[in-house]
Amino acid sequence: MNWAVITPLLIFLLIIFAVGMWSNKFVIKSHSFLEEYFLGERQMGGFILAMTMVATYGSASSFIGGPGIAYTKGLGWVLLAMAQLATGYFTLMVLGKKFAIISRQYKAITLIDFLKERYKSKAVVLFSAASIIIFLFSSMTAQWIGGARLVESLTGLPYTTALLIFAFSVLVFVIVGGFRAVAITDTIQGVVMFGGTLILLIATIKAGGGIPRIISDLAAENPDLISPFGADQSLTPSFVSSFWILVGVGVVGLPQIAVRAMSYKNSKAMHNAIIIGTIVVGFIMLGMHLIGVFARPVLPGVKIGDTVMPLLSMKVLPPYAAGIVLAAPMAAIMSTVDALLILVSSALVKDVYLNYIKPDAGNDQVKKVSFSVTAIIGIVVILFSLSPPDLIVWLNLFSFGGLESVFIWPVILGLYWSKGNKYGAITSMVIGMGSYIIIDQFYPNAFGFHTVVLPIFLSLAAFVVTSLFTQQNEGMMHVRMEK
Amino acid sequence: MKKRESQQDKRFKIAHREALIGIILVLINFIWWYGFAYGLGSAKVEQYSYIFGLPAWFFYSCILGFIVMIILVIFTVKFLFKDVSFEEEEGETK
Repeated sequence: MNWAVITPLLIFLLIIFAVGMWSNKFVIKSHSFLEEYFLGERQMGGFILAMTMVATYGSASSFIGGPGIAYTKGLGWVLLAMAQLATGYFTLMVLGKKFAIISRQYKAITLIDFLKERYKSKAVVLFSAASIIIFLFSSMTAQWIGGARLVESLTGLPYTTALLIFAFSVLVFVIVGGFRAVAITDTIQGVVMFGGTLILLIATIKAGGGIPRIISDLAAENPDLISPFGADQSLTPSFVSSFWILVGVGVVGLPQIAVRAMSYKNSKAMHNAIIIGTIVVGFIMLGMHLIGVFARPVLPGVKIGDTVMPLLSMKVLPPYAAGIVLAAPMAAIMSTVDALLILVSSALVKDVYLNYIKPDAGNDQVKKVSFSVTAIIGIVVILFSLSPPDLIVWLNLFSFGGLESVFIWPVILGLYWSKGNKYGAITSMVIGMGSYIIIDQFYPNAFGFHTVVLPIFLSLAAFVVTSLFTQQNEGMMHVRMEK
Repeated sequence: MKKRESQQDKRFKIAHREALIGIILVLINFIWWYGFAYGLGSAKVEQYSYIFGLPAWFFYSCILGFIVMIILVIFTVKFLFKDVSFEEEEGETK
């Protein structure tokens, strides 16, 4: 084992633990357990808000998968990755103040609370809860596997041991600390991600002999590596542009991101978060993918894309620095998994259990149920990750675009279009998810766009048309809500 | 009651305006990104010009575009966004 690499990782884990324990104090003495455990009592300041959004969004793919693809495709893939810059400001600006005001009015703690109050429909609540649980459960498993593989490759431990170490460290702080622990550890993890990117970018440029040298090496190998079209000319403008929907503006519809837009303290926090978030997310995405491309002349002939980033760190950095840099992808994975875990738990406890199974549960009972549900989900995910069932792998393919197609219009139009109603919402959700799965199966990347584009437009049409057609019988209800 | 409604309206008006600004920013961002990337990048690779060692299309689209967006975002947030209270006035919570 390479202790110089492992020591920084261990220190990092210990800090994360400490934060979980510290947050538990707030959970124990809070007045409203649910609001504290699942939303941190809406006390997030600007910096924490920005970091928790960036860290939740930045996942294994930003640090491991993405740079790996950039390595094979060249600068065209960095161009594509820059579509994510929009997530830094767009989500908070668009959900923005309206979402913050309305979710406080509704006393909403989860995204589903908001949908429940807005549409007053059991079908909407149950369908949302089901999509969150199914899709996020599978993407959690996928992230978990990624985390375990990373620990495995860094430490040389067997996969199962690596998985247990990784899973245990995440579970402990999430179960005891709730949303506050998640947000604060996300902040630390966001800083680690930012620092790791910066260190590795500088070291890689240095190892490659400066940017002009690297670029001319790339051009000498294959000129298309420095064109926007990708090494194999496969990146068409329409395909690359459609990522503005998948990983740019569509991110508004991801429940794990949207819920953060109701967690902040005041409008000043939101303003600061927009600025910080834009800078941090832009830098990480630009930096990590650029590192992937620059790695090519430094470290030629890597076959498996996912290994580019770990191999590169070990090659261009001294061991202890490699440990710090490699804490970044681990942080990215942990901060995504913890957000998903708390969200799935909130969907089960708050949206299903308290709404329909036991509405009159007392504070102590809710506490017990929340802790144990979070723990049970975590354990089930571990079991799945030990030998991932095909269904989970399959579902994970849809989780990003699928959730966006389900939630984007019910959330956005629910906020800004008073004529939108529950019939529109449920049709839009069902069509969004259904068409995403069908198009992905039978006609992926239709008309040269990414699969996500069509379902987003279909679900928009479904929402608008159905809402307008059902206006009459909704008339009474509508008047009441406007008041 | 009347007072509360007008206050609501005012806050929502600000919120709507800011959401619109978000959409406008994303459009500017997209046009800048697309224009430089495919406008300059579609030329033959041998004819590329370079800035700080990077192909010009990449520098303008991704590096300068990133910096321009940061400046635009800071400008809009500092000068166009308004502080509003998220809480209900007392006695009016549902």
